[in-house]
Amino acid sequence: MSPALVTQVGALAGRSILKTARQPFQVFPIIFFPAILLAVNASGLRAATRLPGFPTDSYISFAIAVAFIQGSMFALINTGTNLAEDIESGFFNRLALTPMHRVSLIAGSLAGVAVLGAAQSIVYILLGLIAGAHLLAGVGGAVVIVVLGSIAAVAFGSLGCVAALRTGSGEAVQGLFPLFFVFIFLSSSNLPRQLLRTGWFHTVATWNPISYLIEGFRSLFIFGWDATALWRGFAVALALLIIGLVAVGWALDKRLERT
Amino acid sequence: MSDRAAHSAGVWAVALAIAWRSLHTYLRRPDLFIPSLVFPLIFFASFAGGLSALGSVPGFHFPAGYTAFQFVFVVIQSATFAGLFTGFTLAFDFESGFARRLMLAAGDRRGIVLGYALVGLSRALITLALVSTVALVAGMRITGDGVDLFGLYLLATLLVLVGYAWAAGVAFRFRSIQAGPLMQTPVFLVLFLAPVYVPLYLLKGWIHAVASVNPATAFLNAGRGLISGAHNHTALGFIAAGALVLLFAIWTLRGLRAAERAP
Amino acid sequence: MSGGEGIEVRGLVREFKGGVRAVDGIDLSVAPGEIYGFLGPNGAGKSTTVLVLTTLLPPTAGTARVAGFDVVQHGPEVRKAIGASLQESALDPFLTGREHMRLQCALHGLPKFERDARGSELLARVGLTEAGDRKVNTYSGGMKRRLDLALALVHGPRLLFLDEPTTGLDPQSRVALWDEVRRLADDGVTIFLTTQYLEEADVLAHRVGIIDRGKLVAEGTPAELKAGIGRPSVEAVPQDPGDRERLIRVLHRFGEDAAAASGAVAVRLPTGVGELADIVRALDAEHVRVADLRLHAPTLDDVFLAKTGRSLEGAAQGEQGEDGEDGGNGGEHGESGAVGGGGGGEQEPARASMQQV
Repeated sequence: MSPALVTQVGALAGRSILKTARQPFQVFPIIFFPAILLAVNASGLRAATRLPGFPTDSYISFAIAVAFIQGSMFALINTGTNLAEDIESGFFNRLALTPMHRVSLIAGSLAGVAVLGAAQSIVYILLGLIAGAHLLAGVGGAVVIVVLGSIAAVAFGSLGCVAALRTGSGEAVQGLFPLFFVFIFLSSSNLPRQLLRTGWFHTVATWNPISYLIEGFRSLFIFGWDATALWRGFAVALALLIIGLVAVGWALDKRLERT
Repeated sequence: MSDRAAHSAGVWAVALAIAWRSLHTYLRRPDLFIPSLVFPLIFFASFAGGLSALGSVPGFHFPAGYTAFQFVFVVIQSATFAGLFTGFTLAFDFESGFARRLMLAAGDRRGIVLGYALVGLSRALITLALVSTVALVAGMRITGDGVDLFGLYLLATLLVLVGYAWAAGVAFRFRSIQAGPLMQTPVFLVLFLAPVYVPLYLLKGWIHAVASVNPATAFLNAGRGLISGAHNHTALGFIAAGALVLLFAIWTLRGLRAAERAP
Repeated sequence: MSGGEGIEVRGLVREFKGGVRAVDGIDLSVAPGEIYGFLGPNGAGKSTTVLVLTTLLPPTAGTARVAGFDVVQHGPEVRKAIGASLQESALDPFLTGREHMRLQCALHGLPKFERDARGSELLARVGLTEAGDRKVNTYSGGMKRRLDLALALVHGPRLLFLDEPTTGLDPQSRVALWDEVRRLADDGVTIFLTTQYLEEADVLAHRVGIIDRGKLVAEGTPAELKAGIGRPSVEAVPQDPGDRERLIRVLHRFGEDAAAASGAVAVRLPTGVGELADIVRALDAEHVRVADLRLHAPTLDDVFLAKTGRSLEGAAQGEQGEDGEDGGNGGEHGESGAVGGGGGGEQEPARASMQQV
């Protein structure tokens, strides 16, 4: 990476972080909603641990994984909405008029998302531990969670950028939020896959990549080091990241007709 | 025509005009219409399908089965949110300036409150018809009789009004969609801090304590009793819902007065 | 004239989906150091032209050279040479003015130690030193526009594009921005300015191009354009309605009849405004007292009307809005100069009217 590119990406990443930090309404749901859902589900579904074959006695250790995915979904919405606002306000054009490399236009925002993804992962780990979750993989596991959380945030953030670049509308990006929650609902977020007894639901959850991402995070809490769950989790996160970045490149070409 | 009759005709004329316009917009905007239908279905699929194993938790007993158990939650949630999202529409209308036009034009402004309430009820009717059809096609068992089912939908009707009246009161006071989280978050919390996944007696710890005094528990118990033909919680559910309708009706009408006084 | 710091456009076309030609074969030249006013109503193709010239939108056909570089072949070189303040106030509401400057300096590759100094210098230049540490969402429209301008100047561009820089601003902010534009021109910066305000083009631009429906319908200095379409007229209202016939007789010595407001008499002058003094002397000699006497110079709107058959509606409204209660005085589109204003009537739109001669 050339020094100029580093400066540009750094400047835009700094702006992205600053912008998020200055919008409490963006930060608040990132912490509040996963925490509330965790509290509600962990209490309401605690009875599930009495099902034969349930892998742990602590439902909160089981359920905390979902918070990391929800955090990534917020990254998608916030990154996409911020970019769409930049397009709507003309700020994106201002950036395009500078000599900066086209890659920096998006890389700057995504670098900021990576930092925020890591930060929110640390917050969720701490919240989980305070609420009584056990992280069997220990400190090393926490580091892996932060890395995976960061990759997932960038992957989802890039999908948010694609939506923003294609539509140029913050409202349209916000409209995607529920769609991504459907992916969480139709996954192994609340029960392990072997306990999903409704046939079609089991099939959907098995094909749903979010199940493997959740299970990657979850394995570090309830199993310690589970190589299969981890590689699947990382494979899904990296695949989403690659798809997201390729799609961003394509969407950027369409949006930015700069000569 | 007496003054009172003329007055009431004015309220209804305003209400029907507003209801027609808002429903027209709702049905013509797929971005509003489709999610309002799809999300209850997703909830139903996710809870009734994804969590069906919970029906096997030791001590869980519900004669109509887990699908019916979750169906009642989805009915109550859909009804409340149909009302709630109508409050969103009102807030949007204030933000766009349209509601001000209504305030200027309406002879009796209580017609505005009534008009949006009719919108909420109509939206709920569409959503509940779809969710009920899907549940029946999916093989949901109903062990209550026709009167019980009528009671369940009557309870849902009251909950549409509860959700609407709460949100409309907020919308009248803030007159901006920025107040959306304030409308939504408390309702969301109240609904989910209730015995959503398993009966109250299977909840343990703080959630049991909260759910025991949560009015949503009364709605769920009443609804689940009705669908399974048991009536030991019915009266409490209706009394709680009726009381909240009254309470939030006052909240909304005072909100309307606040909007009238606003600069 | 493809001067190193100018603009040269030949047969420029930009077509959008559905075959809509926002820009339809434009030829224009802007000399180095010139303020070029690009005047037209909403939707005429002004902003599309600017987007093409600033390399943000490739042309469908034709060529454009900006600062000596082809906009298609040498986009990065063009961007280095130009600054642009586009139609939207393209600012981040959550950053302060100073943070905007820092970000822009970084993106333009200014060394770290220069960024703060450059930022402060430009903030001072546009009068935002005190507001520099406030978030932009607390700025007024005029302040945002000035910050926008400062950001466009970060890298010391030789050529500046200003796309409707004063739209929506109050009269004071507008005048302040005009002063800054003039200072930049004095410093040798070439300025391409789009506007829908007649007055703005008239007072600011050395030369004006009038665009309508994607086509350039007229080009020249404001004086040339106005001279090209007609002569000024003079309109008088007798103090005593009984003097009307005598007033007509006096005025007819200076020109033929022209349309006048109710109760007024107007004649079109064969030459220029120089005859106004003679008219005043003649009225005085004949003891004809007038309640109102005003000169209507041709306006750029008259030019637009002559070239397109339509009035430049948006601009006319804009001017009326700013002139406030005075709006009803002049003719339909006319600028009115006070007696003795001479040619100044063309430059100064102030509408003093002489109550009595």
